[in-house]
Amino acid sequence: MKMRSLLLAAGFVAVAAGAQAEGVKVGMITTLSGGGAGLGIDVRDGFMLAVAQSGRSDIEVVIEDDQRKPDVAVQLADKMIQSEKVDVLTGIIWSNLAMAVVPGVVAQGKFYLSPNAGPSQLAGKGCNKNYFNVAWQNDNLHEAAGAYANGAGHGKTFILAPNYPAGTDALTGFKRFYKGDLAGEIYTKLGQTDYAGEIAQIRASGADSVFFFLPGGMGISFLKQYAGSGLGLPVVGPAFSFDQGILQAVGEAALGVKNTSQWNKDIDNATNAAFVASFQAEYGRLPSLYASQGFDTANLLISAMGKADVADADAFRAALEAADFASTRGDFAFASNHHPIQNIYVREVIKEGDVFTNKIIGLALENHADVYAADCKM
Amino acid sequence: MSFTLLAEQTLNGLQFGVMLFLMAAGLTLVFGVMGLINLAHGSLYMVGAFAAAAVAGATGSFLLGLVASLVCAAFAGVLIEVLVIRRLYERDHLEQVLATFALILIFSEGTRWVFGSFPLFLDTPAWLGGTVTLPFGIVYPVYRLAIILVGLAVALGLFWMIARTRIGIRIRAGENDREMIAALGVNISLLYTFVFALGAALAGFAGAMIGAIQSVQVGMGEPVLILAFVVIVIGGIGSIKGAFVGALLVGLTETLGRFLLPEFFKLLMEPSAAISVGASLASMSIYLLMAAVLLFRPRGLFGSA
Repeated sequence: MKMRSLLLAAGFVAVAAGAQAEGVKVGMITTLSGGGAGLGIDVRDGFMLAVAQSGRSDIEVVIEDDQRKPDVAVQLADKMIQSEKVDVLTGIIWSNLAMAVVPGVVAQGKFYLSPNAGPSQLAGKGCNKNYFNVAWQNDNLHEAAGAYANGAGHGKTFILAPNYPAGTDALTGFKRFYKGDLAGEIYTKLGQTDYAGEIAQIRASGADSVFFFLPGGMGISFLKQYAGSGLGLPVVGPAFSFDQGILQAVGEAALGVKNTSQWNKDIDNATNAAFVASFQAEYGRLPSLYASQGFDTANLLISAMGKADVADADAFRAALEAADFASTRGDFAFASNHHPIQNIYVREVIKEGDVFTNKIIGLALENHADVYAADCKM
Repeated sequence: MSFTLLAEQTLNGLQFGVMLFLMAAGLTLVFGVMGLINLAHGSLYMVGAFAAAAVAGATGSFLLGLVASLVCAAFAGVLIEVLVIRRLYERDHLEQVLATFALILIFSEGTRWVFGSFPLFLDTPAWLGGTVTLPFGIVYPVYRLAIILVGLAVALGLFWMIARTRIGIRIRAGENDREMIAALGVNISLLYTFVFALGAALAGFAGAMIGAIQSVQVGMGEPVLILAFVVIVIGGIGSIKGAFVGALLVGLTETLGRFLLPEFFKLLMEPSAAISVGASLASMSIYLLMAAVLLFRPRGLFGSA
């Protein structure tokens, strides 16, 4: 008990000290422990790198770990708004957490900049003038995968995703652009680690290719088991199962797999080249797409700070909408629902020396925006 | 739905069940003999997987990795038994749960501290890669077949040890009456440490075997731990035979349920609804199984009164 009051006291001191600083106070709620920690750490590191590079001392970032639990994330958001008095929130990785936190945050007049999760609910009817998504709407990369599957001549694809909001968005997105037949469709359990049953069904279905969305550890398990099954059908997926953080754990099993992404380290522009080099120098590893999203989110925020004071919400919002920053993705603009309009590329997993990584092999969708913007009335 | 698909799924269920047994055996022994609820059992599974990945990565030998998983998990088991668990035997279950939950957090963050937040690489060895064609044209990965065989061999070894050896007799005696066997001159505290280390080694071994086909990452043990608890509740707490039957039941229900339930609902409703209803019901299936077993046998299938 004594310890707790001590910590509380320390917290109050920190808050009091923080309140004196001017500029923008950012609350970052992200996943820093447990199975999904790699994603949150990448977003945080990308974000903090941009803040450090801006050289501004008037950005204060409070970082908290949501442990990938919606209830924890909601409590943290309340704490950040009420006692930390943050102006802007960001950081959430998972769509189910975003759905729990974002509506409450924007209803209290705070800005929320999403560096990752983009559930369809928040892009359509549930959109909000203070909610900006800097990464993508959830469907986007899957739509690109569908478009790619058409071009690659896949006519009978087997599709699977976990049973949660982003999983449903994934399969919906894929089917929106994919024109062939489906050999089968499965929703797996979120966090499932054994896919022997699903692989047996794929084998029996007579499919000619497989599309899957299984982020993080789920994708590692699936790919290893898929390689071991000797099935050998071509696999297509969004970048989430092929990002820099997990490719080394998948190993050879991922080589040659095509995946879709809005970012890759070989996108040719000065911002991206500088970002990849400085990220590697700072943290000693290659950046993932999550890191690029964190970096872009911070740069968007910094660009808006240069134009308007966060206290003037309308001016600050207009500054965010202008998206006047150099993105690692090259051209970047917001659609009317505050979700990106951007190119989505097809990448292939390759081996550079000892390191597994991706290289861009083509463009899947050009200047792509999501379909929910029409439902969004701000 | 073809016969080969059903047969392949049954093998998958069997393989899953055998691995669950390795987890559940240690859990049920520790609970049966020492009366201790050990939530940190999943952490020992993780320790095994990380040890195997680190050693296999450094030496290139999967077998050395397996040996490392057994040694490291057993060592971690002895360490926590002597430092923490030993003080908990006389306490009530709530305090045991609290203390072992703390151990989960310590192990998880400790592992992250040593190995970082990104998953490690551990692959099946080349000599266990590829597939084999079984009778009736069933194509099955060699590695999964190996898991089934190794798991069954370990189960047989355990049964033999419990039923036929002196240490097994002491374990069973300790389960029945710990004061009496202490009075008869058996070093009960050494026996407890041994049982705990044995359970830990089995969990670590399971972690290493499964780590090769799944993702070796922090927090990998907890989902398995929950299933292992379901297994020992179904099988009857303290019973190795119960853990074995329970593990196979859970493995088969989970695997076949995931596959058959959506097919079944497709007969009743349109496919897209059937897929989502089937998937949701499938994730509940083992808990429904547990509820049904407890309804008829409140102490589990092989639980003693």
